[in-house]
Amino acid sequence: MSTVSTTARPAGSPSRRRRATWPGRGGHLFVAAYVVLLIAFGVVPTVYAVYFAFTDAGDNFAGVANFVAAAGDFRYLSAIGHVALYLVCWLVSLVVLVVGLALVLHRVRSAGVSRVLRFLYYIPGALAGAASVMVWLFVLDPTVSPVSFLMRALGFSTFGEVVAPGHLPVLFTLIAFWTGAGGWIVVMYGALNNISPDLLEAARIDGAGAWRTAWHIQIPLLRKWIVYMMILAFAGGTQLFVEPQLLSQASVGVAGRDYSLNQLSYDFAFQNNNVNTAAAISVELLLIGLVVAGVFVARSGFFDAD
Amino acid sequence: MPTDTRTPAATTTSAGSARSSSGRPRRGRRRPNPLSALVLVLFLVFFVLPVVWLLLAATKTDDQLVHGNPLSFGSWQALADNWTALTSFQDNAIFLWLRNSAVYSFIALVITLCVAIPAGYALAMNQFRGRRTLLVATLVVMLMPNATLVVPLFLEVNAVHLIGSMWSIILPYSFYPFGVYLTYIYFSTSLPRDLVAAAELDGCSQFGVFRHIALPLATPVVALVGFFSFVANWTNYFLPYVLLPESDQFPVQVGLGNLLNAVPQFNPTVGTAAVQRPELALATLLAITPVLLVFLFSQRFLVAGMLAGATKE
Repeated sequence: MSTVSTTARPAGSPSRRRRATWPGRGGHLFVAAYVVLLIAFGVVPTVYAVYFAFTDAGDNFAGVANFVAAAGDFRYLSAIGHVALYLVCWLVSLVVLVVGLALVLHRVRSAGVSRVLRFLYYIPGALAGAASVMVWLFVLDPTVSPVSFLMRALGFSTFGEVVAPGHLPVLFTLIAFWTGAGGWIVVMYGALNNISPDLLEAARIDGAGAWRTAWHIQIPLLRKWIVYMMILAFAGGTQLFVEPQLLSQASVGVAGRDYSLNQLSYDFAFQNNNVNTAAAISVELLLIGLVVAGVFVARSGFFDAD
Repeated sequence: MPTDTRTPAATTTSAGSARSSSGRPRRGRRRPNPLSALVLVLFLVFFVLPVVWLLLAATKTDDQLVHGNPLSFGSWQALADNWTALTSFQDNAIFLWLRNSAVYSFIALVITLCVAIPAGYALAMNQFRGRRTLLVATLVVMLMPNATLVVPLFLEVNAVHLIGSMWSIILPYSFYPFGVYLTYIYFSTSLPRDLVAAAELDGCSQFGVFRHIALPLATPVVALVGFFSFVANWTNYFLPYVLLPESDQFPVQVGLGNLLNAVPQFNPTVGTAAVQRPELALATLLAITPVLLVFLFSQRFLVAGMLAGATKE
């Protein structure tokens, strides 16, 4: 069929001839509105941030002075360590559990049960932002928590003991997974639905069990979605802000206001009125995100139009 | 052609059912084993228990919250009292915040859909100059830390005298690269090339292909993009917090922050305008209800059979 379409393409009609002189015309029309928004609310602010990172308060070129100032801050290295540790916990749990749950859910025979479960798993997603942190402020407090028996069994009896600094990466992972996983499970489930039943049937006839089908057929076909999830989760993870900020507010400083890089950046911008150093930290975060995304993209053929 | 593809499918199905003892060969799935069921139930508890707790907390007095069973029901009277106390906070402010959230989120949602779906479609199906640049730029902007973008956005919006205007919120919300990527991935993995080639052969214009072939097949991804964009807008806190100076313009998220600051247990400096924790739980419930309703409404589109059988018709 495809050979027919390429050879029989009518060359005579005027519209065809015009398109031949400007092959991307249709594509450009389709993306025009998006490009306007991208420039106004993506590119311009980004360029602005880079400009801030390399200038001083008097708009003079400052070289890397802002980056040096940030790196010289006593909170800088520990903030990097905190964020890195959190990212490892967050990414591993997200990929393993979301893909695993979507696969298990996809094998549930009853459409009704599967739909109800997806809805219930998703519900915390509606509590993103301030709401989720508020809920967890209660859940992590043994005096009012619905799982206080669990925390007492683990030896914690006060909120201060639960939010001890060493526990924070795990706690932030819990909060982020609780709010974020449901949405990704919905996405992965939809992607799994897109895999042809004939293909799975064929694998079954060849003797593949659930594990082999998942490992050799379903997960490879989910690759683009998994890569996409990793990139966004990594970017989101480096931006850790709301959780430590509100937790520090409620725990009277057990979790510091300088736990994550973004908190440090926020402090520079809005407490010290030092937008330039704040921008330097943000540009560093951007660069880290780009390098990691570049590795993922290069290794997965993410941009191939097939 | 159609019979050719159907015949082998039929034979494989019958072969499958002959081998499987459980019958029901249609979807090729077996009865879930107890381990799977246990995993699903454990995660159900993890995801739902805090929400159930939140629902119940709204029916209690603050004293019951601390001393009663965490999973007990308070009383309807306490719920009514909490409702009265919450709505009287700053003279019905909670309803104003909810209305603001709805206006910002829905206008931005409409713009997002009109912009993101065609863009993602063109990126997936067309080769045009700047395509790769656009994909990379979109990804870069998605990775940009929020805290970096908010201050430059503030300066940019200020330069065009839109600070305090609802458009200073709606337009940045409308820019939704995540939706463009979802659409891009969907079309590049799920739209059959044969179908597009056949339509072009029949003389369909590029816009015609999009309008008559791609869009009807794109219902699941439109629902997905619309849904995620709505939720992202509804739950955004930082941007309106910086760009909207007036309390009567706040969306409900920033309003929740205001309420949080008025709770003595979180902010010991609160004076007479104190808010109790159960009222805060009630306000949180009100804030999340619209998102849950939209999810219920769009869910049947999110996971439908998608493109099954599209090329066979």
